[in-house]
Amino acid sequence: MSEYAILASRSIRLTRRNPDAVITALVLPVLLMLVFVYFFGGAIETSTGKYVTYVAPGVLILCAGYGASMTATTVSNDMTGGIIDRFRSMDTSSTAVLAGHVAASVARNAAATAAVLGVAFAIGFRPHAGTGQWLAAVSILLAYITTLSWLGAAAGLLAKTPEAASGFTFVMLFLPYPSSAFVPVETMPAWLHGFAENQPVTPVIESLRGLLLDQPTGNSPWLALAWCGGLLAVTLPVCAALYRRRTA
Amino acid sequence: MTATHARPDADWAIEARGLSKAYGSVPVLENLDLRVRRGSVYALLGPNGAGKTTTVRILATLTRADAGQARVAGHDVVAERSRVRRSISLTGQYAALDEEQTGRENLRMMAALRGHSRKAAAHRADQLLERFGLTEAQGRRVATYSGGMRRRLDIAAGLVGDPQVVFLDEPTTGLDPRSRRTMWAAVGALTAAGVTVLLTTQYLEEADQLADRVAVLDRGRVSAEGTPAELKKTVAAQRLDLTMAGHEAYEAMAARLAGRLLHKAPEELLLGVATDGSAAHVRALLDELDPARAEVERFALHSATLDDVFMELTHE
Repeated sequence: MSEYAILASRSIRLTRRNPDAVITALVLPVLLMLVFVYFFGGAIETSTGKYVTYVAPGVLILCAGYGASMTATTVSNDMTGGIIDRFRSMDTSSTAVLAGHVAASVARNAAATAAVLGVAFAIGFRPHAGTGQWLAAVSILLAYITTLSWLGAAAGLLAKTPEAASGFTFVMLFLPYPSSAFVPVETMPAWLHGFAENQPVTPVIESLRGLLLDQPTGNSPWLALAWCGGLLAVTLPVCAALYRRRTA
Repeated sequence: MTATHARPDADWAIEARGLSKAYGSVPVLENLDLRVRRGSVYALLGPNGAGKTTTVRILATLTRADAGQARVAGHDVVAERSRVRRSISLTGQYAALDEEQTGRENLRMMAALRGHSRKAAAHRADQLLERFGLTEAQGRRVATYSGGMRRRLDIAAGLVGDPQVVFLDEPTTGLDPRSRRTMWAAVGALTAAGVTVLLTTQYLEEADQLADRVAVLDRGRVSAEGTPAELKKTVAAQRLDLTMAGHEAYEAMAARLAGRLLHKAPEELLLGVATDGSAAHVRALLDELDPARAEVERFALHSATLDDVFMELTHE
């Protein structure tokens, strides 16, 4: 077995044994969806007919944020505990340790995505995507989740305590709100348009919505992947540097 | 010198020369030298802040020294870090384990990370659980373990890769006396397998029990080095406390004892000197110090504490 496989299965096992993590990862996104659809949905009119159809992809994005932000806590737990000295003295690669946490985050998010889609379907979400569109949507969501998880890992390396680490991830939880995730951008004040239309969440959400509802996506999928690729290209070396600094 | 085919460092599992380390402007280690013979148990004895943990972390490649060189298992700790890491294990003061994994899962993970196949890792884990008396607890999460069990599992986790050198940083601090005995037996078992052990401790008794040689560390320097027997000759095992008859007698005796004084408490008119605790030595001491049998009112014997050892070692 490679270091990566060993540490990924470790992180997944640790997640499974942490009831808080399971609840946050699975129950919270479903609750959020219900809140959006039943509390806010009546007041919001969108071009897609039923609000659940509009908001379901947005909730997927939001729960990716929650799932990934947990990576910050799990990484920080490792860094503040004794286990990291063990891994280092065994010459385990830093990338493998962090990648294990990212893999667990992706697994958590896959489960959460399935739960959210299931509940969305039960309350009236009807996607019209073909196999190719589903595959493309899943790929973009995976790229987004992976990117956020590495950002979470960086936050975990940066923070002194697990509590602070989870605070650092506020940005990624907040970012879906000033985007087209929950309401169309045109309904926001004009000064927000520039930001809302050009921040990374918007092309991701536009791609998911377009692909799942069989609507034109324009260049959103490419923009979404470019954002993810660009952020990863910055985050990975930053993680490596932070890890070195942390363990010097 | 006669010709020999052995490499110059073949006898030494650990060789450190001139190690220095400061955190900011606070010096932690000053020009520390250390040599540990292969297959032996070596104890670094000292109080908190003496530099024990820093020494261990430098030798285990986790911290870099500001100056000096060290070789562990024949490899340089900086230039050949990976080789050193593959030859050692470190058990720190805080258990390096996953609380939410079981004992068995922890060991299997470590063994797999050391390159064992799944089957070999399971086998190695079972062996170690057995050897450290954890077979019964193997299926429980580490979070439910007692301090002693945790420490033993921690050491077991360090052994999955068959290290040549094992570092134990305060292996019994915070353990109850019975767990301490179990740990001592575990350390004994290590050396029986030919492993070199460097351990740190605050307890004189522990160094005495376990170590072939001891270095007494004081403020980042080695203040004494030798076998426990040699050290005990220079360091008293017991302290004789004398309660003086009055102030004048107290001052006079304090002046006379000067460098031999281990302890003094003026308000109680108390002065402490080293003794081996035997009746003959105590009698001789009393005769020597108070030939007129008028100045010493009462006496009491105490086991020497580490403080006494340092007092005595730093007198010269």
